Amino acid sequence: MKQDRTCTGGGYKLRPDEKLDVRRILEDLENYTPRRKGWTWRKKQPGQQAGPFRYSETSEPLKQSIPLPAAKYFQNIDPQADCVITSEIASGRFEDDLRRMRMAAWHGADHIMVIRTTGQSHIDGLLEGTPEGVGGIPITRKQLRATRKALDLIEEEVGRPINFHSYVSGVAGPEISVLFAEEGVNGAHQDPQYNVLYRNVNMERSFVDAAVAKKIMASCGMLQIDGAHNANATARESWKVMPELLVQHAINTAFSEMVGIDKENIALSSVPPTAPPGPALSYDLPYAVCLRWLFSDYKIRAQQNTRHIESDTREATVTHVLNLLVSRLTHADVQSTITPDEGRNLPWHYNNVAAVETAKQALLGMDGLKDMLEIKKDGPIPAKVRELAERAVLFLEEIKDEGYFNAVAKGFFVDSGQYPERNGDGIVRDPNGGIAAGSIVKRDEDYLAPVCEHFGYNNLPGDISRPCDLIGGCTFCNRDKIVYIDELDPEDNVEKRLEATAQQYGPDSIRPEVEWAQDGIVVLTIFIPDSEAIAESASLEIAAKMGLEQPEIIHKRVIHPSEGTLVELKGIVPFSLKRSELKTPEKPEVLSEDEIRRAISEHPMKVVCGTVGEDEHSVGMREIIDIKHGGIEGFGIKAVYLGTSVPVEKMIDAAIEEDADAILISTIISHADIHRKNMEKLSRLCVEKGVRDRFILVGGGTQVTNDLAVEAGLDAGFGRGTKGIQVASFLVEKRKALWAEGKGRKRVLDEN
Amino acid sequence: MQKPCDFEERRKHLAGLSDDELKQRFWELARNIVRPLYDLAHTHTSPSIERSVLLRMGFSSLEAQSIVSSAEKRGLLGKGAGNIVLTFAKARGIHYLQAGKELVSGNGWDEVAGLFGGELNS
Repeated sequence: MKQDRTCTGGGYKLRPDEKLDVRRILEDLENYTPRRKGWTWRKKQPGQQAGPFRYSETSEPLKQSIPLPAAKYFQNIDPQADCVITSEIASGRFEDDLRRMRMAAWHGADHIMVIRTTGQSHIDGLLEGTPEGVGGIPITRKQLRATRKALDLIEEEVGRPINFHSYVSGVAGPEISVLFAEEGVNGAHQDPQYNVLYRNVNMERSFVDAAVAKKIMASCGMLQIDGAHNANATARESWKVMPELLVQHAINTAFSEMVGIDKENIALSSVPPTAPPGPALSYDLPYAVCLRWLFSDYKIRAQQNTRHIESDTREATVTHVLNLLVSRLTHADVQSTITPDEGRNLPWHYNNVAAVETAKQALLGMDGLKDMLEIKKDGPIPAKVRELAERAVLFLEEIKDEGYFNAVAKGFFVDSGQYPERNGDGIVRDPNGGIAAGSIVKRDEDYLAPVCEHFGYNNLPGDISRPCDLIGGCTFCNRDKIVYIDELDPEDNVEKRLEATAQQYGPDSIRPEVEWAQDGIVVLTIFIPDSEAIAESASLEIAAKMGLEQPEIIHKRVIHPSEGTLVELKGIVPFSLKRSELKTPEKPEVLSEDEIRRAISEHPMKVVCGTVGEDEHSVGMREIIDIKHGGIEGFGIKAVYLGTSVPVEKMIDAAIEEDADAILISTIISHADIHRKNMEKLSRLCVEKGVRDRFILVGGGTQVTNDLAVEAGLDAGFGRGTKGIQVASFLVEKRKALWAEGKGRKRVLDEN
Repeated sequence: MQKPCDFEERRKHLAGLSDDELKQRFWELARNIVRPLYDLAHTHTSPSIERSVLLRMGFSSLEAQSIVSSAEKRGLLGKGAGNIVLTFAKARGIHYLQAGKELVSGNGWDEVAGLFGGELNS
């Protein structure tokens, strides 16, 4: 883990060894000013060296981060891919989201997308305060400001700007857009087609509002992401909507550009339309190539497939890796991630991280792919690309003849047929209907809006330099004019929720958590060797007997109709632990690989090892010895392996004969305390033979602990999960200690 | 609306276009389609747009909600909510923020109607 100094911001410091304190974030919030506006891309560093490797598609490294698990084999490097990586965060309580954002950022997310509470798009106006949401948070000034403040601290902690993102949709788009501009939100979804098709907001209202909202977004360099990917997620046969996706992207892009958004701030939200068992790449790749060709002037936000995600997180992850392959074979400016548990529940903390890590891992693994491969010019892709583009052009021709509103009224969109085929199941909306129908008004000749960045007709006097000169400055020019409302609901707010959690559990409480503070949720993975129905009942019964409250099956997978079913089940633990009463074992200090190698190369070491007693297990011992498992041989220690079921006496005789420095015994089978007896026997026989001081004695096995081994007269014991480096480190340290006592022997290089 | 796939028939006029020409046609059509939507937006306003103006002028979301809803009821939205507040402030000789607060309390709306009299666009 890369860690360094403490970070500061707004008088509050984040330290890696301290949890984010939501109360400190909430302090003095009314006076908080976001650091910057607008979108930030990663700083690309082609040809960057990281540890032993050179990369083609990476960006500036982080100051503090948690690398991928396998990084330990590669000098703990944590290279960062060249594209921005998104994490979508939605728990309903923004105070818990903040901590999750920090976790995601430490794993490489630099685009935090906050999902809105269900129904906010139909609220005609702004919400205030911090009410709890469903499936997301109610977007309010206070929640935005607190989130931005937390992200400002987090970005300082990890050493990379973090883009904050939410949604400018629904019937309050222009106001939300103002809010976002004022509160330092860096990106937003904005697409009037989304309102029309999926939220049934009146179409005239949607486009009239969208122009104002987009102009405001443009004014502060916000990145706009469109909503075309929703057609994928909605259509009955998602792979057939590809021509329409191109059309939807084009409509929002052309409209946005006309209103004034710069090309580089227009991003297309694109999802590979299909998934295995379909031959995914044969559909997804031509589509991706076609999109990037037609929209070569704009940015690509590569979203992952949600349409075909079930409760199987493994399956979701594989689909997402294939999506990442499409990103690498083409390109992506923003790589979005979907949590692998999206098909089960609202995303959980660790699944946000899992999704970010999947993206990081796959993107790094495929670094430089396009330097090695290119799409065949005489293969199937160019013809498919041309066909998709032609279908899209035909679609646009028909919309142009009809006019956009009529086209929607006739159900042109989200039809499951591949255009020009139509199945008659598209979404139909009435141009004169929908939410907020009849609410737009023609601007009169003397219409006036005395503020900056206002789109559309505005009868401003000619003698002013800025529209807001008429009022002595607008909030975009003078931040002091922003009116901050703290809370409107005395019960449903963050303070009350923090109080309730503190009262119920207290600061010393430890409970498992996946979504909300101290929610107590744990997951059981159970294999029941029986049919699905029996496995389901049995799992719930097991959970009940284990004392889990509200047990609920979140995933089932039939492994065989009668042989067995895998069940994953969540439940709530009915207790809390006290942090202060927990005994945490001291972490063994291990020498570095280089230190061990140096010590062995200066003074070689030889050990005799084997599994003792009547025990044919060799796996544990081989793990400790073998170079390919990271065993002690890898550090240059010479190991004489005597095999399995070796009598203890023979181990000692061999050690004497080989003139070894240490004896390593392993006992896996441990009925009747065999492991303890064998360790005692080794120690006793060494003493009897007068060689106890000559050898370092080490015992190992699933039931062995260091205390047990030392009690039995050995120098050390190693239990389950021990790595070769721990044993090698001990041997080197122990030998050094013996030398200090005038015991042991110093082998020199030529004596081996 | 159900239609069989007549792609091969319909594409005939596109077959002769080069890839670049096809791409150009794609964008021309897209821009043509959104032009009327742009014009509609340019000449119209909505309650949310007017609230966004008031927010930028320094009113709270609650005040903006109140002023716009009163203006809407009186058919005055086409004047612009900011315009209403500003015109009312000038007529009263008070600061516009103060004028807005008056309007939020329900005062002055008859006066506002008078100030914009004869020009109402209902």
